[in-house]
Amino acid sequence: MNYTLDFTPVIDGLPSLLLACLGTFLLAISGMLLAVLIGIGGVMLRDSRFKPVRWLVIGFVEIIRNTPFLVQIFFIYFALPLAGIRLDPTPTAIIALGINGGAYAIEIIRGGVQSIPAGQKEAGLALGLHKAQVFRFIVLKPALRAIYPSLTSQFVLLTLSTSICSAISAYELTSVSQRIESESFRSFEVYFTVTVFYLVISWVMMRLFGLFSSRYFNYPVK
Amino acid sequence: MGRDEFIFLLIGLKWTVVLSVVGFICGSIGGLIIALLRTCGSPLLERITAGYIGVFQGTPLLMQLFVVYYGLALVGLKLDAWVAVAIGLTLHASAYLGEIWRGSIEAVPRGQTEAAKALSIKYVSRMKDVILPQAIRISLPATIGFLVQLIKGTSLAAIVGFTELTRAGNIISNQIFEPLTVFGIVGILYFIMCCPLTILGARLERRFAMSAR
Repeated sequence: MNYTLDFTPVIDGLPSLLLACLGTFLLAISGMLLAVLIGIGGVMLRDSRFKPVRWLVIGFVEIIRNTPFLVQIFFIYFALPLAGIRLDPTPTAIIALGINGGAYAIEIIRGGVQSIPAGQKEAGLALGLHKAQVFRFIVLKPALRAIYPSLTSQFVLLTLSTSICSAISAYELTSVSQRIESESFRSFEVYFTVTVFYLVISWVMMRLFGLFSSRYFNYPVK
Repeated sequence: MGRDEFIFLLIGLKWTVVLSVVGFICGSIGGLIIALLRTCGSPLLERITAGYIGVFQGTPLLMQLFVVYYGLALVGLKLDAWVAVAIGLTLHASAYLGEIWRGSIEAVPRGQTEAAKALSIKYVSRMKDVILPQAIRISLPATIGFLVQLIKGTSLAAIVGFTELTRAGNIISNQIFEPLTVFGIVGILYFIMCCPLTILGARLERRFAMSAR
């Protein structure tokens, strides 16, 4: 073995790598927001009175949870143009992340919503709150607080899976590192450094989740 | 899509199964070692294994595969692509299974360990005959959940350049220009592998929740 590690291409590419970290970060955050929206919407539809709607939601969740994200992103990437929607790779990646994360979010949020006792909803209605208000203030917020730990660990996984979006060359850390690698052939050095970057990104993400929960869920339990 | 293309996909499917099985079996051995070290009581070993788990849970599987793939070549090991990917998946699975099983070992009531100690049962027998059988039962739903995640994770071997199911689909779709059909079928094949496991995991979880009550 006569190979010397050479990190110069990495150091030269540092500005674009750091910028790409920001890209990964934004990609992950937008994916999460979409996932939460899909999750909340899906939970409302899943308890719908119409059976076909319920089956549709269950089917959606099971299909997404039992197929790889890479296959999903390819499918969406090729399906959107056929549906007449022309998007750049990065918005496509956000949609794919949102759909994937949304399916998991439906399952997680549903668990929280089911944990709210029926008596609380009835009490809310008895106090003259509208159905939507009951859902928002009495069901959703405590439910989100109850499932916050599992939701955030799912979202850390979502952050990590943004690296798969490089397959359709969305703008994020992995695709930029692949470009630097193909220009310099310093594969190990590039990927090793980027792995450390990902470690920092997921750590920052977890800290942000902690900050958010201490702000938003900062009210006494009983 | 004709018959030949479908057979090409099935060959890819075979490699997906091989990678999943090898990754899961080797990962189980590694995961058991990690879980035991993580709960052994020595602060140094517990810290090292906690660090190992943290690194593998905090970085994307794709990057782990890249680093292992190029790292092994750098050390001078000339391995087939599938072996390198299998090693990467094994390291990944060891970390996740180690964390799952650490949790289940700790979920076994303390009294069990204390009773075994009072009967002067030694560590090996205490783990093998008392703690682990109960811990495995507790861990089954999460373990099956991770197996599904691992099967889906093998698809990333496609990006590293190994022809398993997803990459086979990619090649076919580039040949016959029917990406939706091809990836639809690829997705169905994954679904057929994963869905029974998901159902089994959910059923076990429900059964354990009932018996715990």
